[in-house]
Amino acid sequence: MNTITETRTPVLAARRLVKTYGHVVGLDGVSLELYAGEVLAIIGDNGAGKTTLIKCLTGAEIPDEGEIRLDGELVHFRRPQDAREAGIETVYQSLAVSPALDVAANMYLGRELRRPGFLGSVLRMVDTKTMRQRAKAELTELGISTLQDVAVPIENLSGGQRQAVAVARAAAFGSKVVVLDEPTAALGVRESNQVLDLIKRLRDKGVPVILISHNMPHVFEVADRIHIQRLGKRAATITPESHSMTEAVAIMTGAQKE
Amino acid sequence: MSNTNATSSPPTSSLNLASEFINRQTPMMRIRGVLHRYPAISPAIVLVLSIIVFGAINPRFLAPTNLSLITQQVAVIGTLGVAETLVILTAGIDLSVGAAMVLSSIVMGNAAVSFGLPGIVALLLGLVTGLATGVINGLLVTRLNLPPFIVTLGTLSIFTALTLLISSGATVQGNTMPAILTWTGLTLKIFGVDITFGVLLMVLLYLVMSFVLGRTSWGRHVYAVGDDKEAARLTGIRVSRVLLSVYIVAGAVVALTAWIQIGRDFGSSPNAAVDANLNAITAVVIGGTSLFGGRGNIWGTLLGALIVGVFRNGLALAGLDVLYQTLAVGVLVIVAVSIDQWIRKVRK
Repeated sequence: MNTITETRTPVLAARRLVKTYGHVVGLDGVSLELYAGEVLAIIGDNGAGKTTLIKCLTGAEIPDEGEIRLDGELVHFRRPQDAREAGIETVYQSLAVSPALDVAANMYLGRELRRPGFLGSVLRMVDTKTMRQRAKAELTELGISTLQDVAVPIENLSGGQRQAVAVARAAAFGSKVVVLDEPTAALGVRESNQVLDLIKRLRDKGVPVILISHNMPHVFEVADRIHIQRLGKRAATITPESHSMTEAVAIMTGAQKE
Repeated sequence: MSNTNATSSPPTSSLNLASEFINRQTPMMRIRGVLHRYPAISPAIVLVLSIIVFGAINPRFLAPTNLSLITQQVAVIGTLGVAETLVILTAGIDLSVGAAMVLSSIVMGNAAVSFGLPGIVALLLGLVTGLATGVINGLLVTRLNLPPFIVTLGTLSIFTALTLLISSGATVQGNTMPAILTWTGLTLKIFGVDITFGVLLMVLLYLVMSFVLGRTSWGRHVYAVGDDKEAARLTGIRVSRVLLSVYIVAGAVVALTAWIQIGRDFGSSPNAAVDANLNAITAVVIGGTSLFGGRGNIWGTLLGALIVGVFRNGLALAGLDVLYQTLAVGVLVIVAVSIDQWIRKVRK
């Protein structure tokens, strides 16, 4: 009854995705729309298919059925690199950072910049200086003031700072969509707030964000719309204004039908 | 009142103590932090100290001829150590580099002498052999997903068997070989010390590898894969491709070592360098490279090889039996790994 109807073309849209693992049905015909400039939260109980849905959207899994459209164009991601090249960046729960490498090296890991001319083209020398400058600029733009030395190894950083690096990396390269998987799960109160602020700034930059979280207060603080996943299907899409947290949990657990 | 004060004050003061304790950077912790960032420092200190001590015990230790001898003794292990360092940086271990090196040197020697091929062709065949050993190890590790320890334990036996098959157990003498194969044993006088071309090749290899590991994307990916394989995969690094390339590069280094070995021994023998593989691992470990991968420095391996060479030579000159050299190397390895464990405890 409170389903939001939109006439705009979604930046990212999934139609009736199905994914099974043997006898286990991970996704049972899920649809999802993400529009420009919004934070879409995905909530759901354990086993509801949140992670599988995200894996299909970011190329980590290939759906058995259904289609995914990016800016209206049909896409087929076969590996995470495909989604990344299309402009979808993911911050995994594990963060996917290399502890011994420094902040700048991590932000550019897998897509290092090379030195111009002979040094870069023949000797394949990386351009550490430019990467550090740009990493610093990106962190400053996102208002991450606690992290100014980009030559520090990741392992010397706090959990919140590591998260900030991973989010900044996604923001720097995610031209279309940034996906965050449980970004506040391992963080304290203050660090969580910093990450939530970061998500808002990302949205204000115009990059739509998909946020997966178990934390209802966090979801209700930053989300524009909330996709509720239940038993491999979309149970409802609500907004923080239309429903209360209690109602959201009720839909999630099946106690209430929308 | 005074009673409640008395009971409430100890907790606060102990809390203050606790926070002070957490924030206090003891000199030891600071030292550990520096060693953590620059893993080659501790082997460098050990090398300098051991040179001073052995020089004081026996002045002949510092004589140019003896220093020259040490560099020659170190060249084979130092070069083989580069191949081992690459594999260990990816959190693997290679038990076959020694056997692969002997196989390459036997191919070089027999191709030239038994089959009468020109020296340069024999050298290239040896290089191809080295590369092939790397490709086999790499494919088994990446395609069959077997642990490097098991793969190289198996190929160690296979390469040894192939060596005996090709050589029929016979040694090829250096004086029957084309000059190019024994060229690495020729010397050049640098600052009054005789340096072989094999030693110069080793130094050149270190310079190249130091650049490749520290200044190229590939080098960073090698570290990232060893540090956290899954994280590397998720950041878009093709982990299998990096691992395969590491084993292939190690194979090329193995072939280079085979060439240096022929110059050093003035011949190629199927029974040569039986302990080269373990010595290479020893050099890597003493050099501060972590067996858990992702941490270490190529120069540390050179220092590690030099430390082993200096200890063996110094103890021999001090008049001690060979068994004490072996004993000392064993102690060095355990001390080095203990230091590595201690350094790795640095976490915020």
